[in-house]
Formats: sequence, C-alpha cells, structure tokens
Amino acid sequence: MAQVMFDPSLQQDVRLRLFERMVILRRFEKRVYDLFLEGFVKGTSHLSIGQEAIAAGFGEAMQASDWTFATYRGHAHTLSRGVEMAPVMAELMGRVGGLMGGKGGSMHLTSVDHGMMGSYAIVGAHLPIAVGAALSAKYRKSNQVAVCFFGDGTTNIGAFHEALNFAAVYDLPVVFVCENNLYMEYTSIHDVTAVEHPAADRAASYGLERIIVDGNDVSEMYRVAQERLQWARAGQGPSLIEAMTYRHNGHSRADPGKYRPDTEVAAWMQRDPIPAYRRRLELEGVAVALLDEIEERVAVAVDEATEVAKASPPPPADLAWRDVWSDGGWQWRS
Amino acid sequence: MAELSYREAVYRALAQEMERDERVVFLGEDVAKAGGVFKATSGLLDRFGPGRVIDTPISEQAILGALMGAAMTGLRPVAEIMYSDFFGVCWDIVANQMAKTRYMTNGQVTIPVVIRSGNGGGLRFGAQHSQSIENWAMAVPGLKVALPSTPHDLIGLFAAAVRDDDPVIFLESKSLYATKDEVADGEIVESLGRARLVRSGTDVTIVTIGAMVHRSREAADRLAQEFGIDCAVIDLRTLVPLDIGTVLASVGETSRLFTVEENPQLCGWGAEVVSIVSDEGFYTLDGPPVRITTPHIPLPAAAELEDQVIPSVDRIVEVIMKRVG
Ligand SMILES: Cc1ncc(C[n+]2csc(CCOP(=O)(O)OP(=O)(O)O)c2C)c(N)n1
Ligand SMILES: [Mg+2]
Repeated sequence: MAQVMFDPSLQQDVRLRLFERMVILRRFEKRVYDLFLEGFVKGTSHLSIGQEAIAAGFGEAMQASDWTFATYRGHAHTLSRGVEMAPVMAELMGRVGGLMGGKGGSMHLTSVDHGMMGSYAIVGAHLPIAVGAALSAKYRKSNQVAVCFFGDGTTNIGAFHEALNFAAVYDLPVVFVCENNLYMEYTSIHDVTAVEHPAADRAASYGLERIIVDGNDVSEMYRVAQERLQWARAGQGPSLIEAMTYRHNGHSRADPGKYRPDTEVAAWMQRDPIPAYRRRLELEGVAVALLDEIEERVAVAVDEATEVAKASPPPPADLAWRDVWSDGGWQWRS
Repeated sequence: MAELSYREAVYRALAQEMERDERVVFLGEDVAKAGGVFKATSGLLDRFGPGRVIDTPISEQAILGALMGAAMTGLRPVAEIMYSDFFGVCWDIVANQMAKTRYMTNGQVTIPVVIRSGNGGGLRFGAQHSQSIENWAMAVPGLKVALPSTPHDLIGLFAAAVRDDDPVIFLESKSLYATKDEVADGEIVESLGRARLVRSGTDVTIVTIGAMVHRSREAADRLAQEFGIDCAVIDLRTLVPLDIGTVLASVGETSRLFTVEENPQLCGWGAEVVSIVSDEGFYTLDGPPVRITTPHIPLPAAAELEDQVIPSVDRIVEVIMKRVG
C-alpha cells in the first residue's frame, strides 16, 4: 500500500479534528476498560481501540443529516457523530443519565438527534435496516446517506448478501463499511471464509467496485469516506468498502486475545493509527504544542465525563415499564 | 354498500391508506407486476407507480430490514410476507429489531410498520405453507397482532395498523380470500384492541379469531337450533392488544368459556385467555374453560387429514355439547 506522507489538500483544521476525534475515541475507551475492570461498567463492552481511524474519518466526512448504523462495537461510531461522552459513559454504567436511560446498554448506543440510528447486537441485522433508511432517503429525495459499519465476520451471514443485492438493485444511497480486523470473536476470518478479502472479493457479485483501504490511515479513511458519500449523494448507488485494521484488545470484556500470534499483534501495534497520524502531522509542520493541547483537553474531558456518569443515579424502577409501545407504556390488554 | 371478497378487500385497504398518506409504500415478493401470489394486490402498481409498489428479491431479511429502516426515517411502510410460515427466516428483524428498538433506545425510535402475511390452513398446502403463527408473534413483547375475519375488518384493521406507531403483524387467513361480504362504501377504520361480538348468547362464551370465527358462528347456530344452547361468539380481532374486558364481561353472563383456535395447542393464544379468565373471572365460572385447537402436530396435506385436525364446525358443536349439554 502506497503511503502518502503529506496531504496538503487537507485544511489544517480538518487534520486537527481528525486527530482530536481519534484521541477522544482512544482515551474514552481506555477509561471504559479501566471502569469495566473496576466494576463500574457492567455487562459487556466491545472496544474499538486500534480501529479509531475508520470512525474518525467517516465522522468527519459525514453531514449532520446522514445516518450511522453500527454494531455492538459502537462506542467509537457514537462519539464520532458528536454525541457527548458523559451520557455514553453513563449508559455503559447503567445510569439514568445514560444515552438511553440505562435501558440499552453498551451494545445498543443510539442517538437519533445525532444521526446515530443505533448499534445492533445481532450480527448482520443492521445492514438491511440501513438499506431501508437509504430507501427512505431516495423516496423522499432528502439527499441523506446511510453509512453502515460492520466486521469481517458479518460478511458470512445471509443478511449481508441480501442487503447488498437489495441496495444495488434499487441504487440506494448507502455506504457499507467492513472493518476487517481479521477476526470474528476468537476465530480468524481466513479459517472460515472462501475468499481472501471477505468484503471486497464479494463486491463484484453485486456489481460494485472492489475497494480496499488502509483502515489505520485516518486521512485515507476521510478521503474514501468523502468520495463514497459523494457517490451516494450523486445517485450512483451503494458502495462497499473493506478497511483493513486490527483491534488492540480482545473481542469483548476482558478477553486477552490469546488466539492471536504475538508477532501479528506486535506488527499491528507498530501501525497504531494515532501515533502514526501524530507523527505525520508533526512532519507536516503542525506544532507539537497544538497536538499536546488536544491530548490534554481530551484527557480532562474524559475525567469530567467519568465523574458526571458516576454521579448519575441508577434508573428509577418504573423505567422498565416504559416505551414498549408508542404510547409510552407496556400494556397489552384492553 | 357493495359485495367484496376478502381478497378484494386487501386491494381496497392498501389503496385507501396509500391514497391518504404518501408515506405509505408497499413491498414484497411478486406483489407489483404480478399482483401477488394470491392476486390480492393486482392493480396497485398501475395506480401508485413503481416508487411505492415495489417488487423485491426473495430476501425476507432485506425486505423487513428495509421496512424497519424506512419506518425509522419517516415512512410508514407495509410489507407482504407471502406465507406466514416464512416468518421462520424473518424473526431476527421482527423479534429482535422491530419489537425491541423503541424500548432499548428509551423511546427515541418509532417503527410504524405493517407486515401482511397469508396465514393458516385449509388449502392442502402441507406443513410449511399452512401454519397459524399468531401464537409465535404474540409471544414477543413489542409486536401487535391482528387477524381480520371479514372483508370489512380487513380494511378497517389494516387502516388502524398503518396508522398505529408500533409494528403490527397482520395475518390474513388464506382460506378466507375467496369469501365475500357486504362492505360499506367510503373510508373504513377500526381500532386495534377492540373485540367484536359476532353473536350474542347467554349460555356459553366462544372466544375465537381469524378463520375460526366463521366456524364458531356456524357451530353456535347449530347448537342453538339443534340443542337449545345459546352461545355468544366473540371475534378478538387482535391478540395484542387483547380485549380481555369484552371476554370477561361475556363470561360474567354465560359462566362458560370455550376458545376456538387454529394454532397448535401448546402455548396457543387461548391458553392466555383461559389463564386470565381463570384468575380474574374464576367465581363467575360454572365449569372448566375448554380450548378447542389444532392438536400439537405439523399440518398434514391430504384433505381428509387436514380437515380432521383443524377445528371444524362438527368438532366445536361436539365438544360444547359434551361439556355443556
Ligand atoms: C447472528 C449472530 N451470531 C453470532 C453472534 C455472536 N457474535 C457476536 S460478535 C461476533 C463476531 C463478529 O465478528 P465481526 O463481524 O468480524 O465483528 P468484530 O467483532 O470483529 O467487530 C459473534 C460471532 C451474534 N451476535 N449474532
Ligand atoms: Mg472482525
């Protein structure tokens, strides 16, 4: 993969925002991991540490009215749409101040006001749902684009194939982004997939371009995101992007990820997207002080969000009975 | 007033709602150009165009996922799942996604969808094209379930379903498509969660739904004529919401409860009705509540076998006679 070491076309403010977005995702999730080990974050949590460039690049490129559909590994995509840290943190802790009042949890982060249309915990389900949003955008001529993020493992479930065909048949404005981190939960994607590139090698089946990008290069992610969003807005139909990346942590919770060879882990740690981008910005002449200031600002924000979340009480009991139905209640008899 | 078949009522119901609200779009397999496998939607494509009446690939997850995504973003879409047996490949989207997303998101998301489907037996199609799946659907919190038994109710309940902000599983009885009834002109809108008293009676309450409504009424007529047993027949019309109030009121007068259900026995909707009446109407009962259902077996294809297992007029008469007469 050819490395573009200098990208003068990007405005400095865009570059700094890309950097800041990644730093937010990284520092937030490192805190989540600590809080999980301390017992504050309950249940489960799937971190995107190592994969931040994808969410950051798209978050920067998307318009406010565009839609994100993510998986259970959705903290990064939620924050990257501009959702505040504190309600996300509180949701992970099961507090009433959480993004969904504590009713959804880590795997279902949603903020419709930010275009974050949900995090889905059944593999593959949200691809057809994103297709439906795109159908509605096309029907209403609203110029919105649905962006759907999922993993390599998701390319082997039927819903992936149904959704791609469906989107292609009706030329719908949806961008499918496969974050190929080389593993499903604990099994290498290569062991269970008939082709080398689980997403890109299937693109031709649906008349789509074969697109593979370095998912650890945030400016490349930003570029491809802009290009594909534009493609969708121009009425050219869906795109399927395979972004090569790697998760630093295990699949979820405290999984140590022992099924991955040490050399592989070490090689990918060398390709950590955040220090790499920082080095590049420094080479491009961005002042070190400016980058340090971003790091510090984010560190303070994470501390503050943690305190706000910890101070939020558990949800009141009656919340369990709310919003089963659109009338706000749970009654099924009349 | 015009005589309309249950099949023709499907067209009229869709046309009524699509004419009224351009957010209503309709998608499914073979529904547009071909007019549907039951020929219930012929003419819709010509009237509303390919942007609103959409032929889809054989992709139930994509159809229903698209329905949900479209509903989340401002449309009020309707899908057809050809045979309700095919819900077997739909449940993730229906039960995990549509039914739960409002709740999980603390009310941020609204999913006004209607899934129409041909349900039930009587057409000799065998075990994979004859099932009554209403009990599958009502077991999932977050889904409403409607089963119209007449052309009028098909239109009125469909209109209510389209206008409702929650997901509605709308089960049309395949065996009723050819049946006809008088239907008033003009707009028809009913409400979800309101049972209909098909026949009043003082001795026995029969609670039923869908295709079984007609058999129950015929049985009630025979029981009255031949044995002097006067049966009230209640068509629940929707299982969720469940109009248990109407059932309790009737049992309060008759003191006897029978359910007539097309679904297989275990966990059929009647079990829930009997359970509530036993709890809340116990002291009004003069005898045990009795369920008349299809036995807990897959449905056979041959006419003689299928007719033997789905509740028939004869069986309903016989059971009620034996228990009450
Ligand atoms: C239908 C379904 N099957 C299995 C699971 C359990 N599961 C959760 S995450 C996961 C791995 C998914 O891998 P991938 O798509 O590569 O995403 P990643 O976790 O690597 O981001 C599995 C098997 C599930 N949630 N849904
Ligand atoms: Mg993976």
